[in-house]
Parts: sequence; C-alpha cells; structure tokens
Amino acid sequence: MPTQETETQQADDQLITTDIQHAESTRREQPDQTVLEARDLDVFYGEDQALRSVDIEIPEHKVTAIIGPSGCGKSTFLRCINRMNDMIDVCRVQGELTFRSKNVYDEDVDPVALRRKIGQVFQKPNPFPKSIRDNVTYGLEVQGKSATDDDVERALRGAALWDEVKDQLDSSGLDLSGGQQQRLCIARAIAPDPEVILMDEPTSGLDPVAASKIEDLIDELVEDYTVVIVTHNMQQAARISDKTAVFLTGGNLVEFDDTASVFEDPEDDRVEDYITGKFG
Amino acid sequence: MGTETPTQTGAEITGGGAAAGDNAANRRARRILFGCAAITVLTTLAIFFVLLDNAASYFFGAKFTEMTRGASFEQTVTFTEFFTGQRWAPDHARPAHGILPIVFGTLAITVGAAFVAIPIGTATAIYLSEYASPGIRSKLKPMLEILAGIPTIVYGYFAIAFINPVLLSGLAAYVLNPLGNGLLQVGSALPGTMGDSLTSIATSMIGINVGRYSLLSGILVVGIMTIPMVSSISEDAMSAVPDDLRNGAYALGATKFNVSTRIVLPASISGVFASYILAVSRAIGETMAVTLAAGFNANITTNPFDEIMTMTAYMVSMARGTSAVGTVEYQSLFAVGLVLFVMTLVMNLLNDAFKRRFQEEYQ
Repeated sequence: MPTQETETQQADDQLITTDIQHAESTRREQPDQTVLEARDLDVFYGEDQALRSVDIEIPEHKVTAIIGPSGCGKSTFLRCINRMNDMIDVCRVQGELTFRSKNVYDEDVDPVALRRKIGQVFQKPNPFPKSIRDNVTYGLEVQGKSATDDDVERALRGAALWDEVKDQLDSSGLDLSGGQQQRLCIARAIAPDPEVILMDEPTSGLDPVAASKIEDLIDELVEDYTVVIVTHNMQQAARISDKTAVFLTGGNLVEFDDTASVFEDPEDDRVEDYITGKFG
Repeated sequence: MGTETPTQTGAEITGGGAAAGDNAANRRARRILFGCAAITVLTTLAIFFVLLDNAASYFFGAKFTEMTRGASFEQTVTFTEFFTGQRWAPDHARPAHGILPIVFGTLAITVGAAFVAIPIGTATAIYLSEYASPGIRSKLKPMLEILAGIPTIVYGYFAIAFINPVLLSGLAAYVLNPLGNGLLQVGSALPGTMGDSLTSIATSMIGINVGRYSLLSGILVVGIMTIPMVSSISEDAMSAVPDDLRNGAYALGATKFNVSTRIVLPASISGVFASYILAVSRAIGETMAVTLAAGFNANITTNPFDEIMTMTAYMVSMARGTSAVGTVEYQSLFAVGLVLFVMTLVMNLLNDAFKRRFQEEYQ
C-alpha cells in the first residue's frame, strides 16, 4: 500500500513539474515590481477572524495563484483587494493593503475608483441580462466613457471570444454556453483596461475543455495585466501561475514563493501535506 | 446482504387492492381542487353574462333572455350616441347618453394617478431594495403595507377633509390667485398678443376656486393609494435579482445609483411592469375614494380644479337607490359596468403579455 501511494505521488509531482516548466518557458523574464502589497492584514467577520496578519507582495505582470483548503480565507483576501467586502456589514479590516503604494483602506480612497483599476471575474459566470455588446461596454459606460465598436472588438478578442460571437453581438449574453459566458465576463472586466484582474475560482463551474481555454487565456492576459487567481485546483495553480500563496485554515498565509519552489520544495510541512493531497 | 432474500417477482409494483384505493382518493382530491378553481371561472362568466344581458336592455329595450321569449325590441340608445356623445345624464329630464365624459373622468384619474404612483412607488422600491439598511427596511415595509390596508372610504374622507379644503384650497388662495394677480399686471403692461395671452392665463388663475370636489384631489388620493402597490411588488421583484449581478457591476466600478437603474431595474422589469399595470387597474376600478374626492359632475375639462365624475362614481350614485329597477338609468349602470369590465380586462391581458415577453428576455 505505501509504495503504491508514493508512486502516485511521484507521478503527480512529475506532472506538476512539467507544467511549471511549460509556464516558465512561455513567460518573459521581467524584473518584479510590486503592484499589491499586504502588511499585517487582519480581517474579521464580526467576532470571527478570517485572515491573520497576512504579508504578501504581488508582482506586476505575473499570475499569482492563491490556494488553500475551503474556509482558509482565499476569497476573503481577494475581496479585500478591490474592497468588495465593503458590502458585508460585519466585515472589518485592520493593517495595510496597498495598491501602487497607496493604502486602499485610507479615508480618501473611493472604492468605486479603485474597482475601475482592479477588475474581477467571479466563480459563477454572471453576465448581465443584456446583449453581448452591452455587457462589454458597461464598465466603460459607468466611467462616463463612450464605447466604440473597436473597444468591443478589442475586449472580446482579448478574451478569445470574438470569433465565436462577432455575428451575434446584439443577442443576450445569457444565450452563451457556460464557458463562453465566463469569457464574456473576462471581456467585460478587461474592457475598461484595469491594471489588475482578480479571479475567484473562474473555472470551477466549467467543463475541462472550457476550463483549459480560460487557462490559455490567463496566459495571454498576463502580458497586459496582473492576475491574481484563487483556485482549488492545484494542477491549475502549477500550470498557470508564477507565484503561489498557500493559505491554511484559520486565515494564515503559510507559504508564498515562486510556484516552482512551492510545489517542488515547500518549506512548511503542512503545505507539503496539502499539495500532495494528504488533507484539504 | 441476507442469504434468504425472497424470490423477487413483479408482484409489488403491479398494484392490487391498496394501490386501487389510493388512485380513487387521488381522483377525488383532483375533482375537489378542480371544483374550487372552477368557482372563480364560473363567477366571472356569470358576471359577464349579467352585465351583457342587462346592457342589452339598455340599448335595445329588452334583455337577451327576454328576447328569446319573444319580447319586442327597439333601439332605445344608439351606439353612436353612447360612444360619441359628449353629455352624460341618463337620469335627467332631457336624458343624454354619451359615455365620453365619465370615461374621460376615469381615464384622467387613472393617468394622473399613474404619474403620481409610478415615479414615487418605483423610487421607494429602489430605495428599499438597494439603499435602505436592513433595519430601516424592516420598519418601512410594514408601514407601506399599512398604507395599502387602509379602507378606501377612509382615503375618501381624507380627500374631503384635507386634500380639497386645506391643501388645494390653500394652493389656490395663497399661491395661484396671487400669482395670477401679479401676472395680470405684467400682462396688461406688455403689448400685443403676448400680453393678451398672458392676461388670459392670469385671469384663469385668478378664477381658480376649489369646490368640495376636484379632479386633482381624485388624482392625488388614488395616486397615494396605489403607491404601496407599486413599491411593494416592485421591491419584491428587485430583491429577487441575484446578488451575482450586483457584484459583477460593483466590481466594474459602478455606483449604487448605476447598479440600481442600469442593472437591477432592467433585470426586474417584468415584475415592475406588472406592478404598474396592477396599480393602473386598481385606479380604473377605484370607487369610494375617487367618488368622495372628485365628485359627481360629468364633464370633460382641462382644469384640474373642476369637479368631474368617473364611471365608478356614476355607478355609486345611481346604485344608492334613487333609480327604479327597469328604468333606463338603472339599465345604464350595466352598460357602464360592461365598459369598465372591458377596460380592466384589457389591462389584465396587457399584464400577461408583458410578463410573457419580458420573462423570455430576462430569464
């Protein structure tokens, strides 16, 4: 029995290593510049603490994956970045979270303006019940900008959806398949040209083919944007990310490093156990 | 599991005594439920038939049921007079049967009330659904529902005791009449046609004088009455819009106002429209409040301070017992009732059509 388990594990490791090599070979080498930085970040929901003293520096034009078991605070961390947790009355944030060296929780920060710089793609595809075109232009419209046909085409091409929908821009976004809807949501997020795109398990509701399309897309998006992706799927994190952050139960960030080091040689034993599937 | 599994046969599923009994009970339940549903359908048909039959005797001097028994018929009221006549006084010494003035009264109240109830009701719904904190919402919603539960006759007395003598008379005496006096001086100083038209406007403003009843009072009271209907049903529809959509919009940097008007309102439009149509149907059929607020004088007017009469007000005044059964004025009740029935029926059909159309689009 033990031998069998080790063999599977080795096979998995091999798979992950190959994925990492693939990811690295396709990425240009760039000096890391920090876009988002958390310092001693604590988040509470009423009495419960969801994040404990998180320190992290998220580099520009890289994919940063956030992994960890359910309830470890991954999504909470993501919601902190664009202040979507403002909608939750009982949510309280302490510590610092900076975007381009400006603390997003400063008094003078307008969350509406912040969210125009930091787009988000959700777990469940949530296109608006409007035409494909109106979905894409909504983000520009709320900023008071008029959207041209070129803007629509650029965003849809950017989300690798243009060829599939160019003849039906006026039909409802809800008529698309799940994977197409999620790419429409990505197009919607990139249309206003944000700097960072947050993704909260964007492929968890999709079939493998649709999911792999999104993964390929993330690979392209990182040329122009900084991507932070929460995922449950460790192979996915290994395939597409440059940096990996591992949160464990209780809201602790226990490991944050280059994806290769996290998966091949984690410092923390609990992380090793988690990524090799011993728990979580 | 067990080694002594009994031989499996199809016996358990082929029915037999017990299942047959269940089926009989099932059929009984089905008949009883259908019977209950049929009561409303039969009542509607009966009402329609009674209206039609009595209306026939208004127009032709005899009911359909009497005609089948050989009653002679003569045209007493022509359709031309009924639908195009401009004077409505079936009970007058010189009777007139033009329904237009009271149709005008009903439509003026309905359209006016819609202009009051739809903007205020929709804004209230948006406030409750998108802006209000849970604490405020839990206090405000029951209050709106109390407003909806006040008997309409009470609204009528509110109009008679407050809206007309205090609010509108005050508006006329302290705002419009003095303003008219001022304009009159300006108008007389100005030369040419501009001065003349200003003078005539000023004269009509000086002449405004609120009696016991007025069209505007009817509009206000019916408008206020239907606000809770619009706000409550619209709010339900807006609350049903999934938060996913709101989050998607907020994450794009939308403001609360933008999310409310561009995302939530369009996504809930079928429910919101349904509330408008229900409110309008209610305004068409509204009786007690509008009778006490707007009065009994059938006339087509553009002056909102004039007394008017709605179709329902006419029916109330005729049904108070002054007209003998069988007289033309008694029969006219049914003709007016039939027209009213058709108007609300059209609103209901519109409601269904809207629902179907928008449900397809926003599913």
